[in-house]
Amino acid sequence: MSEQEYLLMRGISKSYDGTQALRGVTFSARLGEVHAIVGENGAGKSTLIKVLSGAVRHDAGEILIDGKPVSLDSPLHAHQAGIRAVYQEFSLVPHLTVTENILLGQMPQGRVRGWVDWAAAHRRAQAILDELGFTGIDVRTPVSRLSVSHQQMVEIAKAVAERPRILILDEPSAVLSQEELKRLFALMQQLKSASTLILYISHRLNEVFEVADRITVLKDGELVGTVRPQDTDEGQLIKMMVGRTLGEFYPRREAKLGEEILAVRGLSREGVFTDISFSLARGEILGLFGLVGSGRTQVARSIFGAEPADAGEILLEGRPVWVRSPREAVQLGIALLTEDRKRDGLVLSCSIRDNVSLTTLPQVTHWGFLNRRQMDARVQRQIQELAIRPPQMQRLVRQLSGGNQQKVALAKWLLTQAKVLILDEPTRGVDVATKVDIYRIMSGLADRGVGILLISSELPEILGMSDRVLVMREGRLVGEFTRAQASEESLLACAAGLLQENRTPTRDEG
Amino acid sequence: MAAFVILILIAASFSEVFFTQRNLSNLFRQIVTNGLISLGMLTVILTGGIDLSVGSIVALSAILSSGLQRQVPLPLAILVALVAGGAVGAVNGILVARFKLAPFIVTLATLGAVRGAVYVYSETPQTPTDPAFRSILGGFVGPVPVAAVIMLICFPLVWMFLNRMAAGRAIVAIGGNQEAVRLAGINVGQHIILAYVISGLFSAIAGILLAARLGIAQPSVGAGYELDAIAACVIGGAVLGGGGGGAIGTFGGVFTLGLIDNLLNMFNVQTYYQQIFKGLIILFAVLARRKE
Repeated sequence: MSEQEYLLMRGISKSYDGTQALRGVTFSARLGEVHAIVGENGAGKSTLIKVLSGAVRHDAGEILIDGKPVSLDSPLHAHQAGIRAVYQEFSLVPHLTVTENILLGQMPQGRVRGWVDWAAAHRRAQAILDELGFTGIDVRTPVSRLSVSHQQMVEIAKAVAERPRILILDEPSAVLSQEELKRLFALMQQLKSASTLILYISHRLNEVFEVADRITVLKDGELVGTVRPQDTDEGQLIKMMVGRTLGEFYPRREAKLGEEILAVRGLSREGVFTDISFSLARGEILGLFGLVGSGRTQVARSIFGAEPADAGEILLEGRPVWVRSPREAVQLGIALLTEDRKRDGLVLSCSIRDNVSLTTLPQVTHWGFLNRRQMDARVQRQIQELAIRPPQMQRLVRQLSGGNQQKVALAKWLLTQAKVLILDEPTRGVDVATKVDIYRIMSGLADRGVGILLISSELPEILGMSDRVLVMREGRLVGEFTRAQASEESLLACAAGLLQENRTPTRDEG
Repeated sequence: MAAFVILILIAASFSEVFFTQRNLSNLFRQIVTNGLISLGMLTVILTGGIDLSVGSIVALSAILSSGLQRQVPLPLAILVALVAGGAVGAVNGILVARFKLAPFIVTLATLGAVRGAVYVYSETPQTPTDPAFRSILGGFVGPVPVAAVIMLICFPLVWMFLNRMAAGRAIVAIGGNQEAVRLAGINVGQHIILAYVISGLFSAIAGILLAARLGIAQPSVGAGYELDAIAACVIGGAVLGGGGGGAIGTFGGVFTLGLIDNLLNMFNVQTYYQQIFKGLIILFAVLARRKE
């Protein structure tokens, strides 16, 4: 392993229409190390890696690789310099097969020029996946039919297949299950010993501590410092990231449980989930944990009427309800914050005002016309309460940072005054400060008697926020834990099927 | 819009005819048809769809409103023509929203089917028999054509609908992200159908006014009008597939296209060169806007 810095980015600055995303950042890394880059949303991490991967041009500064200045004006230049990036947003072609995606631009040709040797192509793609330890992916299926986590693996395989010297992984863990994450970490170790430089961007600090050799912290487009994980701890790192201590990460609260507000009995959907029964009380935060693909999201969508269930019943405040569409759910007082805000949570091309008011248009409408003053006042109040930045309601949601986008998505449900709030991965891809804001809002809602179903794959979040935790595996509820019983180990073991069924009867099953 | 101002300046400086009352009122008469159709087209494009059947609806309403005058009173003939236009829109909307068919395909099918129906109704041109039809709807208020007044009222109405009414905001949002709107508890299908009905109605109004102006309704009228309407929307900032566009921009698009026609006519440019020029203007407008 060379101790010499292989990559040096010196005095990098970049601004987008007036906002300074990077201010003279100087950053270096060596071959054979995993170098984590952390920071809040808007700290400049994405911009830094986009500069390095040739996706955007920096305004000032220089980049040296192996001591030689390089110009990375396009992704092609970056490829030639041995740099590959795996972004949060996939760059896969959905209707092409796994093979074509992995070998895009370098498909093996048959004896006749211009004809693809498909057998060889599939073999080669399969070999690449096997070598990386990514099993269970059929190289002949179109990428669009793969699960999100499998798509992520294909994306990584595609990048690694070119044997880059510098591999950039941008939030790779967001959609991976624990098992898949372990495999990714193993792969990173392998690449490290083959003297690859891995830049690892993640919001999950525990992961960063697990894999990184060094950690660089950015804040407001500036470099705060580079530390070694053994010299610091999470608290100190958070302090570097936000420039202050965050106080209580998970707000402490005394849960005052009221009467049952939502009960689900024997809910099933053919081939997706089976016999789901649980109850939720007023003022309760009920965690729902499970690995990716366990059916958590589908249960939530069924309760919300987005994909109605085939069998079973839902009781709201003791009365059976039949939720056939999201519209009926909203009218009944059920809200769902979806897991992927860009896909189905927000209208990115519309303003903050339009997005926040979307769920409550009928309430501010008279004879078909919107009462703008009333509507704007409500939106403005949400912007203030949730501290949405910038606080301008005509701003397009597309222009906001991830954390602020998530707040907009949440604000639209807060306006509905829902009695039951389902939050599916409410803090995915948001910065630490926003996370804390969201936790504070959740506690406030629970204190006011809202029943909250919290779906999350982040164990600390489930453990920190829930009064009670349900665990799902392969479409079934396989465990229930009180706050005292739940621990990272017990939940994970239960979700992965390593534990005997641990289901204490819920209150309504007597 | 800068290009637009320059066009007016060029027109004014090179021609003494342009600012005559006669030419300006002519210009307005010419843009009425495309103006009305474009309003409907805009509404559909905002939902992420497209309506290719507008030209056939123009013919349907023109020939119905003219032909029926022999059998029924004029207001009823006009009403039937409007309902027919709205009905074709409803069929388009239902096929798109409820049966999840691609808008391009659905409206391509109705484009053909409705055109066929028009010829079944009458292979020969229909002449309106009620003199009030031509004198009122084809007439003038002072120097301004009645049809232009109707169009100029419709633009602010559509602006109000899209910006100040709940249904309009929902339509704009649907084009941005249909699934997010559905999950916000809004009936997406209803709003999509509404958009196509609006498009059908505006095309019908355009057809009726066209018949009133020309004093004759050819079964072949309106062929290719959908392309002018799409062009006007796009020049005016609409994004095909949804997520951008508005009534003010569309008015600019309609006016620009009409102005180009008017100017090229004045300078006696041959029709085929006019088409080349219009094609270039569309590309130019879109490219110029992408820079912004």
